[in-house]
Amino acid sequence: MTAVVRANDLVKCYGGFTAVDGISFDIPPARCIGVLGPNGAGKTTTLRMILGMTPMTAGSLEVFGLPMPAQGRAIRRRIGVVPQVDNLDPDFRVDENLEVHASYFGIDAATVRARLPALLAFANLSERRHAKTDTLSGGMKRRLTIARALINDPELVILDEPTTGLDPQARHVIWSRLMALRARGTTLLLTTHYMEEAERLCDELLIMDHGRMLDRGTPRALIRRHVEPEVIEVRSGDTADFADFAARHGCRLEAQGEGLSCYAEQSAPLLAYLQRHPALAYLHRPAGLEDVFLRLTGRDLRD
Amino acid sequence: MALDWTPPRPGLGAWAVWRRNLRVWRKLIAPAVVLNFGEPTLYLLGLGFGLGAFIDTMNGMPYLAFLASGIIASSAMTTASFEGTYSVFTRMKVQRTYDAMLATPLALDDILMGEMLWCATKAAFSAAAILAVAGVLGVAGGWQALWALPVAFLIGLCFAGPALVVSAVSGNYDFFNYYFVLAVTPMLILCGVFYPIEGLPAAMQAAIQLLPLTHAVALARPLVAGLPVTDVALHVGVLMVYAVVGLYVALALTRRRLLV
Ligand SMILES: Nc1ncnc2c1ncn2[C@@H]1O[C@H](COP(=O)(O)OP(=O)(O)O)[C@@H](O)[C@H]1O
Ligand SMILES: [Mg+2]
Repeated sequence: MTAVVRANDLVKCYGGFTAVDGISFDIPPARCIGVLGPNGAGKTTTLRMILGMTPMTAGSLEVFGLPMPAQGRAIRRRIGVVPQVDNLDPDFRVDENLEVHASYFGIDAATVRARLPALLAFANLSERRHAKTDTLSGGMKRRLTIARALINDPELVILDEPTTGLDPQARHVIWSRLMALRARGTTLLLTTHYMEEAERLCDELLIMDHGRMLDRGTPRALIRRHVEPEVIEVRSGDTADFADFAARHGCRLEAQGEGLSCYAEQSAPLLAYLQRHPALAYLHRPAGLEDVFLRLTGRDLRD
Repeated sequence: MALDWTPPRPGLGAWAVWRRNLRVWRKLIAPAVVLNFGEPTLYLLGLGFGLGAFIDTMNGMPYLAFLASGIIASSAMTTASFEGTYSVFTRMKVQRTYDAMLATPLALDDILMGEMLWCATKAAFSAAAILAVAGVLGVAGGWQALWALPVAFLIGLCFAGPALVVSAVSGNYDFFNYYFVLAVTPMLILCGVFYPIEGLPAAMQAAIQLLPLTHAVALARPLVAGLPVTDVALHVGVLMVYAVVGLYVALALTRRRLLV
């Protein structure tokens, strides 16, 4: 099947600063693809280029087989967007927001009215359809934004940090809505900071940092490729002797404040050691995406 | 960053933007009507009768008719100027309405064209309110006065142009004070709304021929008073130039601001 998005050597410079530094990727249809990366990695910039909202400095981009930016309008007609920062229209109620957004697509009023009940139900907003948007909670606003993104029956939905700042309940509702969308065959392209979100929702992940693509793969494949399968985090106590012991057993160690993370192929000897030294408090867990992420992008703080 | 001077190519999407604004405005119709009828009525009754008591006729018409026709033009100017600055800036920057629009098939060309049409619509509405008051006071010179409405629409287009340019480069609301103090208010005072420009020094008369409100008044006044209109092509041409050049410059500047 042909790719929904095909990016070739995309570059974006802001003045002298290179925000996206020559990335190539394609997005297969009917999948959920996640873009992971620390703040400032270039995720939003990449999504905006796909939408034609940010002109690219170099490279080429095809969406639905059409060239961007030459066919920008035709391409955007088939995409739904959930932006990183909410931009619902505060002058309108919930249902009006959907109607007015539909009018930007040239969708006639009768068609919109027919689509509204299903969209409002999908977003769990049927009861709030006449509410002013500034009375909605963060989760409701996000759901309304998702409903708005579906008003044109899009083939591709782009979501920039769809659940950032939401409580766990709201996040789970949104995950279930996105799963339902994917099950219908809609292609999803989303960015996130949440590893759990990436792991649950995404078929494949692209990991970005400093405007470059670091790796790509399924969550499992990435974990297998980049980190040892088991992690022991020693949280308190005198870790020096344990560190020596673990290093002798070929483990990779990472200091983390007072504690120590120990990445191991074989955890049995380490666990036996910890049994003999009860003063050391520890957590034993399988390796996850977060370990991959930290390994690839480092532990330095980004602001 | 270099400016993108691709000429405006607005499509039907401009009307979607226009309809959005109309829909918001309809929610606020009561205060809008009070403002649009109340203010000019006050001007006409206060200045018209107050000054009219001392001034018999001006340029061959009763002072009330002179004033009403001038205020139709100046009100179209201020209405379009306010909408094109404060309201446009609110949608562009504060409410991020344009960001939401730009993620749809709409282009910035459609958005600014839609805003311009909307500024003109509001200008025509304000002119209609004043014309109604003038009609009740018996100063409109017959049905010909209704031509003032399309003229007010044109005046709205004209002043929307520079207003959109100012919005494109404005960092905050305070910036608009400069535009109003340095451009809009001087035109209101100098361009013949309250008195005939023939009384001004010759050099000044020549200078204000460059200002669009002079031409707006020159069109609106005879139409409202029921007198023959002269130099139509010149006046319409000047108003159109401000509209078209304004839209073009505003589009290039707004592209640089939003499409980064
Ligand atoms: N309009 C802009 N002007 C200058 N720099 C920008 C602009 N937008 C983004 N950047 C910079 O580009 C980099 C990538 O930004 P962004 O794509 O928003 O990152 P992410 O979404 O991954 O957090 C950041 O360093 C950011 O500061
Ligand atoms: Mg971002």
